[in-house]
Amino acid sequence: MSRSFVEVSGLGKSFPAKNAVPVVVYDNVNFALNKGEFVCIIGHSGCGKSTILNTLAGLDEPTTGAVIMNGREVKGPSLERGIVFQNYSLLPWLSALKNVEFGVKARWPEWSKAQVREHSVRYLNMVGLDHALERKPSQLSGGMRQRVSIARAFATQPELLLLDEPFGALDALTRGVIQQELVKIWSETQQTVFMITHDVDEALLLSDRILLMSNGPNAVVAESVHVDLPRPRQRTTIIHHPGYYTLRNYLVDFLVNRSGDREGFGPGAHPRAVNPLSQDSPSAEPEPAVTTRAIKQLAVS
Amino acid sequence: MSSLKIRSAILSCVLVFSLCAIWEVLTRQDVRSGELSEYEMLMGGAVPEAAVPPPSAVLALAWEQLTDPFYDKGPNDKGIGIQLGYSLYRVLSGYVLAALIAIPVGFVVGMSPLMYGALNPIIQVLRPISPLAWMPLALFIIKDSETSAIFVIFICSIWPMLLNTAFGVANVRKDWINVARTHELSSLRTAFAVILPAAAPTILTGMRISIGIAWLVIVAAEMLVGGTGIGYFVWNEWNNLDLTSVIFSILMIGCVGMLLDLVLSGAQKLVQYSE
Repeated sequence: MSRSFVEVSGLGKSFPAKNAVPVVVYDNVNFALNKGEFVCIIGHSGCGKSTILNTLAGLDEPTTGAVIMNGREVKGPSLERGIVFQNYSLLPWLSALKNVEFGVKARWPEWSKAQVREHSVRYLNMVGLDHALERKPSQLSGGMRQRVSIARAFATQPELLLLDEPFGALDALTRGVIQQELVKIWSETQQTVFMITHDVDEALLLSDRILLMSNGPNAVVAESVHVDLPRPRQRTTIIHHPGYYTLRNYLVDFLVNRSGDREGFGPGAHPRAVNPLSQDSPSAEPEPAVTTRAIKQLAVS
Repeated sequence: MSSLKIRSAILSCVLVFSLCAIWEVLTRQDVRSGELSEYEMLMGGAVPEAAVPPPSAVLALAWEQLTDPFYDKGPNDKGIGIQLGYSLYRVLSGYVLAALIAIPVGFVVGMSPLMYGALNPIIQVLRPISPLAWMPLALFIIKDSETSAIFVIFICSIWPMLLNTAFGVANVRKDWINVARTHELSSLRTAFAVILPAAAPTILTGMRISIGIAWLVIVAAEMLVGGTGIGYFVWNEWNNLDLTSVIFSILMIGCVGMLLDLVLSGAQKLVQYSE
């Protein structure tokens, strides 16, 4: 049997509650990531997405189950798994360049100063920050800080890149620009990426596969939706693809109507693989039932 | 901004000048005119009563002292520079010793909840003790007044540095620690590359409080141990009833204290960061 690059099996997390049964956030979460794949996970707040990501990172310990990466169990954080946090987590006393160099130096301690600098500058160039190398995070806008954070994570060339709602705190315009940059860097580096998002459009733009989580407590990864849209994708053109709204409506329908329905996906089940585009005729493009804004609000509420 | 600075500087000068003028007028001594009485001749024309000197007299003395601050004419007549030098030497020795112990211990206390629980009650009992209360014990055990004064400075400056270091280290943002963890930094590298710079502003606040307290305490300590130092100098001049010198040394204590604080606030600015 060929093993996947990352395998999450029987993962469970519960918190002890005072004189009551422990609160089970999720139980028996199973999924796998293939090498070079971009996978997004979507679910309502409180279903434990961030905890799953932290467990993948090795920052959090699961109550049950395990994460296997490259055939070895994940125990504790490692440079093989880079993380971009929602709140950027830049070290505020270091300049943008020094923040990236911090990661590069940790990854390749034997490198010379010039090598570290050259490598770091290259990745800051990729995110379009070559003009702000010496600025401290407090002198950068939110979008620029997140770019530094992304550059730091990509520069260490981890085998698995974990993004915890990286664009959650950014305005829509900035978000669009950085999403495009992320797609560009990812297509250049072909790293495996696992990303949490609340934004259905963002997931469709970026991912090969979208994992849908049911509502917590006792959440599971219910479905694994194959995003069968051609690459390279552009924000402006992807929405005109005939399958786009089929996929989009499928996701929104799950989040709004089905994520609370526990019957369909009991514990123990592996996520059901779905490809909405192969079931429906691609030419039958359904009209969006609600306005984009309303769907977004539903999806994140 | 700069015009505001200039205006406050002018106002400051005006205030000092008017206060000095009032002081000068209030303390002006009547200039004797005419013949000296027999008693006055016997006293050599001295003023029969001690009085608070006018600022002009203080200024004259200041000029005299500051133009030759390092003269040494025996144990009871040394220049102001020498006296301040002794005090600074004691303050800095006690302070540096305290920093060498307080910062590492504060680090451990801040990083380990066990050590915090164990040491906190001890610190809380020792901290409110007036540093001078240690003096008799120090004199008995150390049997040297000079070293005892340094010990008193040590004991009074250790607490703010220790507590601030512990607080700063314990409150380093979890995210930054996670950054260190995900980059597989060793504990030692984490301490130096992440925790130390993150806690540095808080640590320097503690150091600034400590140097202020140490400079307050040295004057009192030197009044007790005697021999040299600015505190001893003030007391000695009081015994000589030389109020001009007393006022002059009070001003010098203030100036040196301000300089010490300036140095540390400069250091604090160097490590300050904004989030």
